Amino acid sequence: MTKMTYREAVRAALRKALRSDPRVFLMGEDVGRYGGAFAVSHGLLDEFGPERIRDTPLSESVFVGAGIGAALGGMRPIVEIMTVNFSMLAMDQILNNAATLRHMSGGQFSVPLVVRIATGGGRQMAAQHSNSLEVWYAHIPGIKVLTPATVTDAYGMLLGALHEPDPVFIFEHATLYPLEGDVDETEEIADINRAAVRRAGRDVTLITYGGTLGKTLQAAELLAAESIDAEVIDLRSLRPLDTTAILDSVAKTHRVVIVDEGWRTGSFAGEVSAQIMELGFDNLDAPVARVCSAEVPMPYAKHLETAALPQVEGIVNAARNLVPRHG
Amino acid sequence: MGMNSVSEPLPVNREHGLFLLQEMLRIRRFEEKAAEMYSLQKIHGFLHLYIGEEATGVGAMQAFTPDDAIVATYREHGHALARGMQASVLMAEMFGKATGCSHGHGGSMHFFDASRRFYGGYAIVGGGLPIAVGLALADKLQNKKRVTACFFGDGAVAEGEFHESMNLAALWKLPLLFLCENNLYAMGTALVRHQSQVNISLKARAYGMESDAVDGMDVLAVEATVKRAAEFVRSGNGPFLLELQTYRFRAHSMADPDLYRTKEEIEEWKKRDPISLFKSRLQEWRYLNESDMVRIESEISAEIEMAVRFAETSPVEPIEDLLKDVSTQVQP
Repeated sequence: MTKMTYREAVRAALRKALRSDPRVFLMGEDVGRYGGAFAVSHGLLDEFGPERIRDTPLSESVFVGAGIGAALGGMRPIVEIMTVNFSMLAMDQILNNAATLRHMSGGQFSVPLVVRIATGGGRQMAAQHSNSLEVWYAHIPGIKVLTPATVTDAYGMLLGALHEPDPVFIFEHATLYPLEGDVDETEEIADINRAAVRRAGRDVTLITYGGTLGKTLQAAELLAAESIDAEVIDLRSLRPLDTTAILDSVAKTHRVVIVDEGWRTGSFAGEVSAQIMELGFDNLDAPVARVCSAEVPMPYAKHLETAALPQVEGIVNAARNLVPRHG
Repeated sequence: MGMNSVSEPLPVNREHGLFLLQEMLRIRRFEEKAAEMYSLQKIHGFLHLYIGEEATGVGAMQAFTPDDAIVATYREHGHALARGMQASVLMAEMFGKATGCSHGHGGSMHFFDASRRFYGGYAIVGGGLPIAVGLALADKLQNKKRVTACFFGDGAVAEGEFHESMNLAALWKLPLLFLCENNLYAMGTALVRHQSQVNISLKARAYGMESDAVDGMDVLAVEATVKRAAEFVRSGNGPFLLELQTYRFRAHSMADPDLYRTKEEIEEWKKRDPISLFKSRLQEWRYLNESDMVRIESEISAEIEMAVRFAETSPVEPIEDLLKDVSTQVQP
């Protein structure tokens, strides 16, 4: 086990992949000389050179499309997009090409492409750098959508994604980069299809992913102090969705709060809620609750941004409202 | 044929001349049959015919080896045929059959053939260009001396993806040949109404890229120019933009009432029908007689009749397989 940050864990996985597979290369805005906008790829240019650590122009559509084309052409590209908001400029390539090529060609072509995208708010970056649009991606058949929330997953899920024959989109919540944790660098492939129970409990299930896992675990500790035993599920993958893990937990606790940094309307929390309603209705003792972002473009001012995002207190309140008072 | 030209070699030998004519006619007859099948409601969805533009696809395709990659558009029947795909699998694709080149998942706009490195039919204008950049990048990274040929229309020149792709291909000196089939209309909007600079080949200058333009109604001129451009790219000189000046005789698609251009304009262009023009030259050179034409037409007719029969009698994909190719099936 090695102690490292989330940022270092992604870098360690990149380094391992670049060393072990000559087909792997990284491209994106400022991944080379600058070292990555979040310093993820810092130092990789020196080790692997400009052919494999490729700085691109600010041309999201062509460098994502070039990732697709290079994957078709026998390479194993990893594309970095600086923020999910910038990925909107590449949406044509993502939706119309990456996700369709296999099916549209009658199964003749695979697109083994990994795209890493920084996501989420909480850093006072305002309305054009702070969104959580994972649900837009999770809507699309033909791709996988991963949301590593721990340092271990930052490492293992990237390596796991590189074993996939189809496009994988990895969302790295930008507040997670300084997070510290342990990584076993001998462990190669993480299972990227399964949710994880991060805290076992019996009174209420808190379901979350990505950047809100930390807040949700804190909420669970506060609830424990009130004798409410919360189970915390980290979805890890939004597509495919591990419905079994969700339903198993619902069958145990009968109450669910879904924590999702996306806007409430059309949120991924809405999808999880619908699946529970469809497949686990009989196991529910209370309506499914959601804690999402407020329906507002992300404000800059700290107090407003804090109010717009899911917070520990809101999660605690939502859970408390579902659980009957003891005694 | 004038006496003084006897000593000069003709630009093409008879065998190759007849081959080019047959390839162009094969596309023309295939498209006419496709239109007929659309009218009979055997083909649905969009159908964009290539009639009038045969010389560009056929002439260009002579420059590429089986190892090169082709990226095309939604008006790609001609490219697919000229790349060697069988009329039968194309017709079956448009009939929505399991035997179609894309198992009926793609239809007219999405022909694919991995075995011929035919990377498809893209129906978002300009959407294939970034893919072509990536294919060329893969070749460069793997030190493969191959060319990626990317066809697109004048409409695509207005898309950001065109400019992003031109810039990146030039910046990274990728082995990519941009082939703009300029038929003067982006759907119904004339080039002069959508471009501030209508000289398309000139746009390469902004990216420090070499370029050229050629009469796309002259199959031999297209062949020679594309071969030169492909050789330039293959030799490691970076990308090249070639504008092929052509015209479509039919409407944008079968759904288009063609209200935005005059009948006179179309008739004027038809005088430069690439097939008639080339046929006259072959006759002038005494390469082509009536019996050759009968043979060529009957061979094409047989292939296309067989293609229709194949499409008619082919099975459809079972509905149970609806989700089969969405993701790769991982063996348990």
